[in-house]
Amino acid sequence: MKRSRKIEEAIFKVLMVFSTYFILLILALIIYSIFEKGIKAISWEMISQIPSGGYYYGKGGGILNAILGSLSLAFGATFLAFIIGLPVALYMNVFLVQKKKLVGVIRFILDLVWGIPSIVYGAFGFSMMIFLGIQTSLLAGMLTVTLFILPIMIRSMDEILRTIPVGLMEASYSLGSNKSEVAFKIFTRQSFSGIITAILLSFGRAIGDAASVLFTAGYTDNLPNSLMEPVATLPLSIFFQLASPVPEVQNRAYASALILTLIILIVSLFSRGLGKRYHKTKINF
Amino acid sequence: MYLLNRNQRHRVNYTWMIVSLLLVASLPFLLFLGLYLKSFLLIHDYNLSDLLFSKEWKPGIGKFGFFPFIVGSIWVTLLAMLLSAPICLLTAIYVTHYTKKRFLRIMHPAIDILAGIPSVVYGVWGILVIIPFISHYLGPFFGVNTLGYSILAAALVLSIMIIPFILNILIEVFQAVPIELEEAALSLGATQWQTVKHVVIKKSLPGIIAAFGFGLARAFGETMAVLMVVGNVVKLPKSVFDPGYTLPALIANNYGEMLSIPRYDSALMFAALILLAVSLFFNLIMHFFIARYNKY
Amino acid sequence: MENTSKISIVNLNVAAGKTQILKNINIEIPKNKITVILGPSGCGKTTLLKCLNRLTDLYPELKVSGKVMIDGNDVLEAKEDIYQLRQHMGLLSQRPYPLPMNIYNNVAYALKLKGVKKRRDLHKQVVSYLQQANLWEEVKYRMREPASNLSIGQQQRLCLARGLAVSPDIILADEPTSALDPISSQSIEEKFVELKKDYTIVLVTHVLRQAKRIADYVVFMYLGEVIEQGTNFMIFENPKMEKTKQYLGGTFN
Repeated sequence: MKRSRKIEEAIFKVLMVFSTYFILLILALIIYSIFEKGIKAISWEMISQIPSGGYYYGKGGGILNAILGSLSLAFGATFLAFIIGLPVALYMNVFLVQKKKLVGVIRFILDLVWGIPSIVYGAFGFSMMIFLGIQTSLLAGMLTVTLFILPIMIRSMDEILRTIPVGLMEASYSLGSNKSEVAFKIFTRQSFSGIITAILLSFGRAIGDAASVLFTAGYTDNLPNSLMEPVATLPLSIFFQLASPVPEVQNRAYASALILTLIILIVSLFSRGLGKRYHKTKINF
Repeated sequence: MYLLNRNQRHRVNYTWMIVSLLLVASLPFLLFLGLYLKSFLLIHDYNLSDLLFSKEWKPGIGKFGFFPFIVGSIWVTLLAMLLSAPICLLTAIYVTHYTKKRFLRIMHPAIDILAGIPSVVYGVWGILVIIPFISHYLGPFFGVNTLGYSILAAALVLSIMIIPFILNILIEVFQAVPIELEEAALSLGATQWQTVKHVVIKKSLPGIIAAFGFGLARAFGETMAVLMVVGNVVKLPKSVFDPGYTLPALIANNYGEMLSIPRYDSALMFAALILLAVSLFFNLIMHFFIARYNKY
Repeated sequence: MENTSKISIVNLNVAAGKTQILKNINIEIPKNKITVILGPSGCGKTTLLKCLNRLTDLYPELKVSGKVMIDGNDVLEAKEDIYQLRQHMGLLSQRPYPLPMNIYNNVAYALKLKGVKKRRDLHKQVVSYLQQANLWEEVKYRMREPASNLSIGQQQRLCLARGLAVSPDIILADEPTSALDPISSQSIEEKFVELKKDYTIVLVTHVLRQAKRIADYVVFMYLGEVIEQGTNFMIFENPKMEKTKQYLGGTFN
């Protein structure tokens, strides 16, 4: 009895250590294989030029169209999600602070929406486009991605805002502020680092997602120059290049994957760094 | 200095908040309505159970049987969960109960990075590593001749992708167990592992189940990475080494031709509707489950 | 107060990082008496209690040095048998923490850990410990209900029954009445007085009157140090140190 218990403990301990290091190892392996494959194919030409005539058969050019396309789409969507999301998060935590049940319902809906797969947003965006008679375009892609990152944006900001003690709100009211001043002046300042983190998190999601822009943003070899024209995106460019039978093009897909991964890593690094830095403006209770 | 006075600004802000809130709150209904209206043609012309359980998929001659895709999705999802769940559970216990707090400070960024890696990149990694691994080693080891593109490949890639998602919830769930409760068990003479087994896991069982439920819903809708490694062959898979097709992959793969074949677009929107329904259903159940058992 | 001592704490130091939580603690805890550790909150009372049964293990950031001798064995040295060692001590914490099981199993779990296996023995002992904790009459028809259905006072008595079930010879109590109503508190206090003929009781509290009512031996702590220790009479009627006088007189800042 005693002995079997000890053996059980030992086995599980080994399994636990194994699982934990397995996860870390897999992460290292993913990063390594993306870097190892991508670094060989990456070149200045790839980041600085748009695809030339026979790009998809191995001729020259780069994926500047996709890099700029993705960046502008993600910036636009993040901006839109921010100007819709911030008021919602503030409203929940300043105006509805006494209505716990209602806020609970809103959080519940947001969590539901967060769980919906991005391909569903893509399909929905597509059906809206047909309904409104819009072509695949930067605008359509941007709007679809906005919907997709909205719950992420709101819930991340909400999680920060809800930690602000009621005392701060009461103190501001007692100075004569009205509710929207408390919301936009006091609460935004107090949770500044959290809001930045929420924005960067949403931006990372926006730039990395392919399924939602597949139907809506289209694809083009040109640089984006109008909201109403199709736009190339990085995830899709990886997908299309990888589908090519030409080895050089496949290698470029790996390089593109490296570029996308680097962008994501930089964004997440920034969100950690900025989060820490702006923590100073926060009043600690 | 300001265009509007204080009260006007307040009113503008207030309206802006309400409009945004209404937009966000109506989002699930909008999504459902939009997809339903687009797939209405198909639902109207066909019997719902025929659509869901027929095996024949020939859009060219108007045959839309979603069964192979549904089965493919279920295979991939369940297999991924089966691989991922024990690893997540063991790791969450380890980092919350067996290591110093400092270890979590290494683990959290690692989880964040795993969560941040885009689906397409996971797909690329699957093609680079998992596919050759299956076709060169795993397949021959089991005496199967395979190209690697298979249900198993999709499940393997997917199981890695949902690790950060499930692990984050589990760590939170375990950290919510009051340390005094563990002290109580330890003071009775229980070992660390007995405490975990009899008290911590039991106390957080609803949370654990919910974490797996959310993970399942997430895995079911995952598109790009699965699409890139699953093989995309319309047939009922007989073994995990067979290629398959999933619902999200079906939608993503055929958007180009969907407007050229009658009712094809409706069919794809119907597939999206199924995904939406499954996702909403699972998330709803899990939320109610947590709300109900939190009292215990 | 000449009595054999059950626990002797020698040069105990506890630090979390750079902050010293306990400084050079030396205490002799007499056998079969109630020893009350008294002091304002944040003075390290609870940490001291956790050192006695090595719950400090749960907090890897704590650095513990010194000696805690129980019946001549150093608790802090123990490696393998720490789990059995803890069974010599029943713990009653500030708020009741029933295990996520039904009422019966809350007590039975402790017995099972001790190695009681037969169903009949289990049942008999569960009943007996619940009786000892004055809870049996209230719960005898609801043994299969989750323990969380009980009132806080009942839960605390359940935790006492659970603590007694490991048949300890020491009871460690960390402000066990702070979450209870006056009547439940009184019943716990009376129980302690009754139990001291079989057990050595170490009680942490910041309630002066409670200490005065039930303590045989009092240790007054402030900011991680023992200021003064002695019998109930010595401390309450004739304190020597200025700090103790201030605390007892209520002129403490």
